[in-house]
Amino acid sequence: MFTVLALVIVTAPGWDDFRKSFLNTHLWWSSFPDIARGFLVNIRVFCISEVLILILALGIAILRSLPGPVFFPIRALAIVYTDVFRGLPTIMVVYILAFGIPALQLTDASWYRSQTYWSIVALTLVYSAYVAEVYRAGIQSVHPSQEAAARSLGLSRWQALRHVVLPQAVRRVVPPLLNDFIGLQKDTALLSIVGPVEAFRQAQIAESANFNFSVYVPASLLFLALTIPLARLTDYLIERDRRRFLASGGV
Amino acid sequence: MAPAVVLEGVQKSFGKLEVLSGIDLEVEEHEVLCLIGASGSGKSTLLRCVNLLEPVDSGRIVIHGEDVTAREVDVNEVRRRIGIVFQAFNLFPHMSVLKNVTLGPRKALRVPRRDAEERATELLTRFGLADKRDEYPDRLSGGQQQRVAIVRALAMEPDIMLLDEVTSALDPALVGEVLSVIRDLAQSGMTMLIATHEMGFARETADRVCFLDQGRILEQGTPDRIFTEPVQPRTQEFLRRIIEAGRM
Repeated sequence: MFTVLALVIVTAPGWDDFRKSFLNTHLWWSSFPDIARGFLVNIRVFCISEVLILILALGIAILRSLPGPVFFPIRALAIVYTDVFRGLPTIMVVYILAFGIPALQLTDASWYRSQTYWSIVALTLVYSAYVAEVYRAGIQSVHPSQEAAARSLGLSRWQALRHVVLPQAVRRVVPPLLNDFIGLQKDTALLSIVGPVEAFRQAQIAESANFNFSVYVPASLLFLALTIPLARLTDYLIERDRRRFLASGGV
Repeated sequence: MAPAVVLEGVQKSFGKLEVLSGIDLEVEEHEVLCLIGASGSGKSTLLRCVNLLEPVDSGRIVIHGEDVTAREVDVNEVRRRIGIVFQAFNLFPHMSVLKNVTLGPRKALRVPRRDAEERATELLTRFGLADKRDEYPDRLSGGQQQRVAIVRALAMEPDIMLLDEVTSALDPALVGEVLSVIRDLAQSGMTMLIATHEMGFARETADRVCFLDQGRILEQGTPDRIFTEPVQPRTQEFLRRIIEAGRM
């Protein structure tokens, strides 16, 4: 299979052009330091948004799980939030926030004019909508008898959630959470469209300087170097849970 | 002195299904009351109503003279005084035995950790579970899990214990160890409402037995009377079936 595919590619009429514009090893090496420096921006954005997402999404999931008619308005708000931010293409949210909000000129502060800042906010808003759903699935997967047991001891609704339901829920959703974070790592490249010089933007700059696409190869490898370990970690955790489940008799 | 628990005309439905159709019942201090009856007769729901895990649709529940079905009642405070043990144990699987037992006292009663752990260890020792202190629930047998669940309820130092078919999910060989714990409690003077299918146990431990049928208390009396000369035809039929099944 692969041999055939390789043969098709190598004998293609445009192979020589392709090789020149994508497989220029000299450019791979020379562009690498700048792109790697740009990639540090991706990592920083990723780490900051990840922490913010974990917190915001948990808050939304908890609001959406509030029972009874009294909390209907709050639940409705949480539903609108997830619907809107899951429905909008991430790129649009990034555009609207990173260009729109600074354009309002509300203050002169440097953070306010920073596109990186607003991109982080945009990614946090979008991904929190997804992650909130993951959390919510986790909360719902904890059997109601667990909450009943906690409430029967006289714990308040919040204490039951905090000490009994959430710890079990979060443990169960770690693999799907990591899955969403793989997506987030890749989406940090969206910063490039609003200005900040991250890895992809740096590669674009190198591309236009050299009229050559080879520079995207090191950029891609850097993303893979971050996402593949995370993917393997996810697999490992899923497999570990499965083994634990089987070991405990699998109810 | 006021009775420990009074139910007055307690009615409860789940959708169209009426589970409790007007229950009147008084339980005296230190009394052991066994509720018997077929599955679906309302035994569990009755216990869950006393503990306020299910809100009643109408009627009153009065505990030690206090109407706990009144609107302004602090349900958490009421539940702290009433222990309940469930058929399926419902231990917290992510916590060690010690944590399971100390969670209630620490969070609901604000007992300092050290004191709560000391008290928990005492209770675990009393029920032969001292060596399981640091185990997780899934490492214990069903009987051990249920005994931990009883200890967890007792750690709140409740005035009343509700036991909801606590041996029904157990391997027959493990029923004995749990029943002997309950017998211990009965002897120590704990007020208990026990929903059970263990007729032998009810006969020997209960002060009074109530037969529930379709959400009503059809017949009640001393165990000897209920088990030897039941008056109501439905009680007679229920007991005959139990005897035929070899469960008594």
